[in-house]
Parts: sequence; C-alpha cells; structure tokens
Amino acid sequence: MSSATAHSLAERPAAARTRAGTLAGTWNLVRFILRRDRVRLAVWAGSVVAFYAYFTFALDTVFSDPAARQGRAAVMETPAGIVMGGPGYGLDDYTTGVAIANEGIVWMVLALATMSILHVVRHTRAEEESGRSELVRAAVVGRHAPAAAAVITLVLSQAVIAAVGALAMVGVGTDMAVVDSFGVTIGSGLSALVFGAVAVVFCQVMDHGRGAIGASLAVVGLAFVIRAAGDMRELGGSTLSWFSPFAWAQQMRSFVELRWWPALLSVAATVVLLWLGAALASRRDFGGGLVASRAGRADARPTLRSPFVLAWRQQSSALLWSALGLGLMWYATGTLMPEIGSMIGDMVADNLAAAQIFGPDTSVLSVTFLGVMIMFAALCCAAYAIVLGGRPNGEERAGRVEVALALPVSRSRWLGSQLLVVGLGTLIVLTVSVYGMWLGAVTVGWEDQTFADYTVVLLAYLPALGVYLGLVAALFAWLPRLTGLAWALLAYSFVVGMFGGLFELPDWALRLSPLDWVPAPFLEDVAVGDVLGLWAVAIVLLALAFVGFRRRDVVTT
Amino acid sequence: MTSTSWRASNTPAIEIHDLHKSFGRVKALDGLDLNVAPGEVAGFLGPNGAGKSTTIRVLLGLLRSDAGSARILGGEPWRDAVRLHRRLAYVPGDVSLWPNLTGGEAIDYLTRLRGKADKKRKTELLERFELDPTKKAATYSKGNRQKVALVAALASKVDLLVLDEPTSGLDPLMEAVFTEYVREAKAGGTSVLLSSHILSEVEKVCDTVTIIRGGRAVESGTLDDLRHLTRTSVTTVIDGDPATIAALPGVHDLTSAPNGAGFRLTFDVDNTAMGDLLPTVGALGVRSFTAAPPSLEELFMRHYGDELAADEAAADRAGQRPATRGASDNTAGVR
Repeated sequence: MSSATAHSLAERPAAARTRAGTLAGTWNLVRFILRRDRVRLAVWAGSVVAFYAYFTFALDTVFSDPAARQGRAAVMETPAGIVMGGPGYGLDDYTTGVAIANEGIVWMVLALATMSILHVVRHTRAEEESGRSELVRAAVVGRHAPAAAAVITLVLSQAVIAAVGALAMVGVGTDMAVVDSFGVTIGSGLSALVFGAVAVVFCQVMDHGRGAIGASLAVVGLAFVIRAAGDMRELGGSTLSWFSPFAWAQQMRSFVELRWWPALLSVAATVVLLWLGAALASRRDFGGGLVASRAGRADARPTLRSPFVLAWRQQSSALLWSALGLGLMWYATGTLMPEIGSMIGDMVADNLAAAQIFGPDTSVLSVTFLGVMIMFAALCCAAYAIVLGGRPNGEERAGRVEVALALPVSRSRWLGSQLLVVGLGTLIVLTVSVYGMWLGAVTVGWEDQTFADYTVVLLAYLPALGVYLGLVAALFAWLPRLTGLAWALLAYSFVVGMFGGLFELPDWALRLSPLDWVPAPFLEDVAVGDVLGLWAVAIVLLALAFVGFRRRDVVTT
Repeated sequence: MTSTSWRASNTPAIEIHDLHKSFGRVKALDGLDLNVAPGEVAGFLGPNGAGKSTTIRVLLGLLRSDAGSARILGGEPWRDAVRLHRRLAYVPGDVSLWPNLTGGEAIDYLTRLRGKADKKRKTELLERFELDPTKKAATYSKGNRQKVALVAALASKVDLLVLDEPTSGLDPLMEAVFTEYVREAKAGGTSVLLSSHILSEVEKVCDTVTIIRGGRAVESGTLDDLRHLTRTSVTTVIDGDPATIAALPGVHDLTSAPNGAGFRLTFDVDNTAMGDLLPTVGALGVRSFTAAPPSLEELFMRHYGDELAADEAAADRAGQRPATRGASDNTAGVR
C-alpha cells in the first residue's frame, strides 16, 4: 500500500488527494475522544451491559417455569406486548434467549441509538458551537476528521458493548447459545449506528447541536412507531416493519432461526448516510448550517420587557415542536384503538391459552394497552420537563444569568419566570398528548373512554411531572453539577414502570418512582391522598429551589 | 428623583472595606479596599486572576462576600440588589447573549428592564459603534457582543457604570468612541468603575486608579499620586565612565552601550534620588539627557512583575515551571 502511494501520488486525481486531506488528523482525534470521554463511554457501556446481564438473569429466575414463560409469550401477542416488544418470533417455545431477542432488542436499540446520537453531536456540532473545534480545525486536521473520529469511536464503543454484552448474557444465563447472543448484541449495535449516522447528517443541516439532537431523536421515535405498526399487522412483521432500523436487528431472529443478512441493511444504511453527511459537509461553512440564518428585528417587540417573556421566547420553539410531535404521535396511537380491539378478539378466539390467561373480559386488554401508552406519553412529558428544567443551569453556565441578574431582576423573579414557562410547557405537552390520544380514538369511532376519563388521567399525571420538574429545579439550586440525577430518576421510573413486575422489585422500590403513585389509567380510581402527596413533594422541591438559589453564589465563567 | 437626592447627598458610589471572598481554598479577595467618590471615574487595574471580576460580582450581588463590607450607591449589594440595579448598568468582560435574540432585541430588553428606553439614544449609539442590530446574537463576534452590552449600558440613564474590561475585542477606533462616551457620562455626573488591564485606556479617562493584586489593593490614589511613588526613566549619552552612576543609590536597571567616544545609558531612577543624580551626570559630560515620567504601563508592570516573580518562585518550589522562563526574567534587568 505505502509503496504504491509513493509513486502514484503525483498522478492521483486531485479529488482523491483532497479527500485524504480532509481526513488528516483523524487518529489523533480518535485518541483524544477516547481519553476525554473515557468515563462517559464506560458508564454507557457498563449500564447497557448490566441491562443485558440483568435482563437475562431476571428472565431465567422469574420465568423458570415453562407455564409462566408461555404466559409471558401470550402477553407478547397483545398490542401492548408488540409495541413494547418485537415481531414475535419463537412465541411457541419462549425461552430466555427468545424473550431477550423479542423484547430486549427494542430497548437496547433505543438506549444505544440515544447514546450514538449524543456522542456524534457532542463531538461534532456541539464542539463547533462552543468554538473549541475552531482551535482543533486550525491544526493539521481535515474537514471531515472530527466527524470521522466521532464515528470511529462510536463504532469502537458499540463493538465493545456488543462483545461484552454477549459474553455477559452467556455467562449469566443458562444454556444461552453463544452465536445467537452475539446476534442480539451485534444486531442492536448496528441498528444504533444507523441513528448515529442520521445524527451526522442532521449535524450538517441544522444550525445548532440541540436541533440536530432533537431531529435525530425524532427519527428514532418515527422508526420505533413504524416498526411497532408494521409488526402489529402480522406475526413476524409486515413489509412496513422493514422500513425501520429497529426491525433490522429484530428480524435476525436470534435464538429462533438466526440469519445475519438483515444486519447488512444496517451497515448499508449507515454507509449511505455517512456518505450523504460527508457530501453535505463539503458544502457548508464551518459553524454554519446549510440553511443560513436570516436577519432579524432591529428592535424588540414591545412585549419583550420581562424575564418571563424572554424565557417564553427562548423555550417556545422547543415547546412548539415537542407539542406538535408528541400530539401527532399520540393522536396516531389513538387511531389504532379499534384495530387493537379486534386484534385482541382474534387472539383470544384463536388461542385458548390466551383466553384462559386474560379471562373473558378482553376489554381490559385494550385498556391496559391505552394505559401503557399514557404512561409512555407521561414519560415523554417528564423528559420535556427535565430538558427544559435544565435550561436555567445552561443559562448560568453560559454566563447569561450574570447579565440577567445585573438588571433590576430578583433571583426569585428570574428563576420563577424560567420555571413557570417550563411548567406551562409541560402542562401543554401533557394536555396535547392525552387529548391527542382521545381525539385519535374518537376520530375512528372508539368511544369506550370518555373525554372526562382522559381528563382524570391528565390531572392524575400532572403532579407526578411536577415532581420531576421540582427535582431538576432543586438540584439546580443546591447541587448544579448533579442535575443529571433527574435523568436517573426518569430512567428508574421507566425501568420500574416497564419491568417492575418482571424484576420482582419490593414495594418501596416501586414507590420511589413518582409515576408509581399515579393510578393505572382508566382502571383504578384516583387515590386523592396519593395525588395530594405528589403535589406536596413537587411544591416542597420547588420551594427548596427558590430558597437555595437565593442564597448561593451565581456560578461565573 | 432618587438619583438627584443621592448625588446631592455625596454618598460614595462604591465603598469597599476589608472584603474577603474565597472559592473553596482559593482566596479570591483578601482584605480588599476600594472607594469611588460620586461622579468619579475610577480605574481598577490588575493582572488576570487578581480578583477584579470577583469584586465586581460581589458589588452586583451575584456573589456573597465572606467578610468585610461592600456598599454600592449607599446600599447593600446582596440584599438591595434589585433596587440598586435600577441605578446602574453593567458590562461584563465576556458578554454572553441569548442566541436567538438579535442584537437590537437584546439591547431593548436590557434597557427596558433598567427603565425607560430611549430610542434616539440607541440609534445614535448603534451608529457610533457601527453595530448591525438585526443579526442574531449567536452570529456576533466577540467584539460585536461587547458592543451590544456597551450600547445597552450607555443607552440607559444611570448613576453608576460598572465596566469589566469593556473594550476587550474592540478595535482602536471603537476604543476611542468608548472613551468619548465615558467622558460624556462623567460630564453628566455618572460614576464609573472601569476594570481593565489596558493601561492607556485607564490613563485616558480615569481620575483615580486602584491597583489590585492577589485580592488586595496594593496602590490607590490619583494618577499623580501614584506617579509620585515611582521612578523616572532616563536616557542619556555621556563622555565619562558610567560606573559612578551605576553606584548611585536609587538607580535601577542600568544598561550601557558604547556610543561614539562615550556611552549611551538607560536606567530608571527613584524620584527621591533625582537630586543626587543630576550633579553626577553633569560631571560626566552630558551630550543628551531625556527623562520621561513613568507611564502607567511601567507602574503596572512593577506590580505585575512582582507577582510574576512570586509566582515563579512558588512554581520553582513546586518544581513545575521550566527553568528558562524564570532565568530570562531575572536577567532582563541586568543585560
């Protein structure tokens, strides 16, 4: 190779040489990223591997009895099971391996895709925005090198996660086929890479890193919905399923009849997206998006004269897009209700075992499905509250709080304005999500649950979301470095909500999740004490936030 | 109304006594004293990390002091923050703006919260500072962000301007415009605290100067007061032997170079030793003699130089700093 380059360099077409030049310095950046993110990457890898291991362990111990396993398989045929799980290969002999392939992959891909997107944006677009990349790019570093280094480190970490994760499954589980275990982990890793490549493309198109993250996560959400909708049409997935990278991992049929070629779809999609990203990158300026920002107003609107209006202005686009996206998504979910009702009917008619498990009243199944969807919607809204509730912290670290508080604005007024806007935004996205679902169901003639029922659900979830917002705010005021703990609570709530029964967690552990205090939607009556308790916790946390922020130093750069 | 009564009452604009502030184990302020009389333009000089910005942030009520007293416009900065901020405008050294607001919107927001916005004044300032208000703040360069904060501060009618290295990132033309507006503010009775390490800027507009190092004031007074304490730089060409001059007490950093038959000497002399110097020089056959008053630059470099030396001594003890840097500094005076 090297002997050939020496003499052919002069004859090589100019374009080829430029391409090599645009990648100069990649390896240095790779080493730098691994050094800089060694803790971050290790935490991601450790968490995902632990999840693989614990999932295997829990399934092995809790579902050791074949009858219990078949019961679980029957649940996986329900709409909720399909949305939360997979296409349903191997349901007739539902071993631990099959269960992991059918139920686990979707969550692995979700987690790994999030990791991929954050990693790519963090090392490309966000670096450009902070100005750090300017220093790096002024050195002997090619135009494509930062993105290439981000992708290479991503591939490396995904490879490590896949290898260690598979070995963990084999080590922890009994009779876990080695090759199939690798099928699960490698398939999930490759699917996640596709979303990393999507992020590379959005990094070129969008003006800001935050926009690139949002758009990429929206693609993940879309892919999630497409796969779920596709799989609901028929057992093993329909044509529609194949349009989602999630399916490319699930359709490998690990632990049933392993086939590797669907993974190639992930590889191909990744390559195409990366090529597209590189092509777009060559067409844009450093620090800019493909769409140039336009000139704005020379004078502010007369209304821009309070911290509240400014906070609203800063958060309005995030609110608009979240409300629109979540509203449409849950509206679409609502429209599925009749289909789900008839599916459940068919399932119970075909499958005597299922009928025995779920009892004669199958309407409970569709309500359960709705309830799980509502919980998802609430988790999305909690995520919104945490992201936007983190804005005051971002404002402070960017040095803008200093400017804001040097004005005749008290600390309480400033923090209150920020939190009020976040609170209103959270209320709006929750309202849009819940009523969106109602509207979707009503549009297609599903009227088992009334508008009033949905309103009760909405009011029951509201204080739980207040707890997440209160927690972020209190952390911001007292321990600003630890605002990430709010995400830990959200992740915990999700795991408890999804797998609490599976993991056989004790009661108090379940009760740590704010969502656990909310009654099951449409099924349980609202316990007034619980709701008031949630409100109390939320209010105490918010009060703590004000007390703490009034007495501490403003962090200055 | 309140502003007139305050001005009439002659309360100091800033009054700091024995102020302490630590961040963990780092002492940022260590017994600082600083006074700014009403209507005075006070320079606040010091090297990076001397505690200038910390002082200003205490004055703005962003940081809570550990000990000592700080008063601004007669009020307590932490407790009365909101009331006091109505009467002052602040320009930080590194301005962060809201990225999705245009420069014009940011200026309007800042001035409106301080009080009544003056549209004509804004237009005038935008023209003078050559700032395009229609661009989003995210696309502004550092200098332009600085201009946004300056325009917003100067457009407000306030009793006190707190300026933390306000001209960093501005080109010399814009610095001149800035100087002009500071003079105008002073003429209008506004007090100014101008922190800087750009000495010419302080020299141009300030009535008094406080030099701060390691969190405490090491010199303060009017420019004349400070010059009084310092040395005069002398350049002279003589025929005789320079050794007698070098031997005089109060002569520092002497360098000599052959110049025709005689020598060309440059050195600093303590102002108190000037009386002994002149007859000695006169006896050596003077061809030319120039004596320059110390610029603030030199004044500043003495403190800054001391600190550098102290830092280096500390670093040498810790064994961190390469020897070359310290060595070159030590030899600088001898040559």
